[in-house]
Amino acid sequence: MKPARVLIVDDSSVMRKIVGRSLRQAGLDVLQVLEASNGSEALSLARENPLDLILSDINMPLMDGLEFVRQLRCIESAQQTPVVMITTEAGEAHVVQALSLGASGYIRKPFTPEQIKERVIPLLRG
Amino acid sequence: MDQAITAEPERVRIHLSARAAGPGAQAVDKADGAEQSVAQNNWREELAQASREVFEIMVGASLTVASEPVPLLVPDFAAMVGIAGSLCGLVSVRTTTECARRIAAKMLGDDEVGAAEAAQDAFGEVCNMIAGSFKGRISGLADACALSVPTVIFGRDFTLFSLARGEHHEVTFEFEGNLLCVSLDLHS
Repeated sequence: MKPARVLIVDDSSVMRKIVGRSLRQAGLDVLQVLEASNGSEALSLARENPLDLILSDINMPLMDGLEFVRQLRCIESAQQTPVVMITTEAGEAHVVQALSLGASGYIRKPFTPEQIKERVIPLLRG
Repeated sequence: MDQAITAEPERVRIHLSARAAGPGAQAVDKADGAEQSVAQNNWREELAQASREVFEIMVGASLTVASEPVPLLVPDFAAMVGIAGSLCGLVSVRTTTECARRIAAKMLGDDEVGAAEAAQDAFGEVCNMIAGSFKGRISGLADACALSVPTVIFGRDFTLFSLARGEHHEVTFEFEGNLLCVSLDLHS
């Protein structure tokens, strides 16, 4: 598995750090971590940078994670990039909606590094 | 979540009410059986379990329920998340600045102790996760309610006044020698 360029999208800087740390604890070889605090910032970064993986919150100001995924899939270079939603909103309707918009996976907060490993690493191998 | 902050002589009163809003708002009318399930729950116990789960996984620390008589907590740090949908109300967490900074430090690693901004951010996220975990524990509620973005208040001499005006449930925990109070105000 090659070193990964990762985008972490969350309005909490603390959560962005924890997610980044969890990726490394899960054994992911991280080449670069980009951070965005909302969907709009994340879209700009996704247009300008080749990415191997995106992890995104849902409830964020300006543009939420669901709208971000919907617009991301319209960017040709990002159509196949795995996107995992990490959020407190873990109801079945939210999961179905996120997956139907193009998300690749879903992790509920609070999460363990083991959950990151189980649900994120296979997406990079696939 | 609507907020109104009004200044009184040497005090600040913060009035909060929750309405359906945000990306989950369209789901709030979908759970026909949610209200019946909601009525059968032990709110305080579910709130306590949600709090313990968040601290064990994200903070790496155990919470113990404060023994009776519960010591007086004079908080100067509070976080709130509104719940709107089949269940309407407010989840709030209150503690001291010192405790909030300790929580942030444990979440981030001890080398980052002292960052006030990190404490606000971390404490808001803790409240957000407790509210989300609590919602997920109640049968039928996960899709029937939306959560607001967290609000964090710090400073001395404030009163939290929820417009829910219904049931109030509260658990006070001990966390590494500090007191931490988690409460749920339900709309009547």
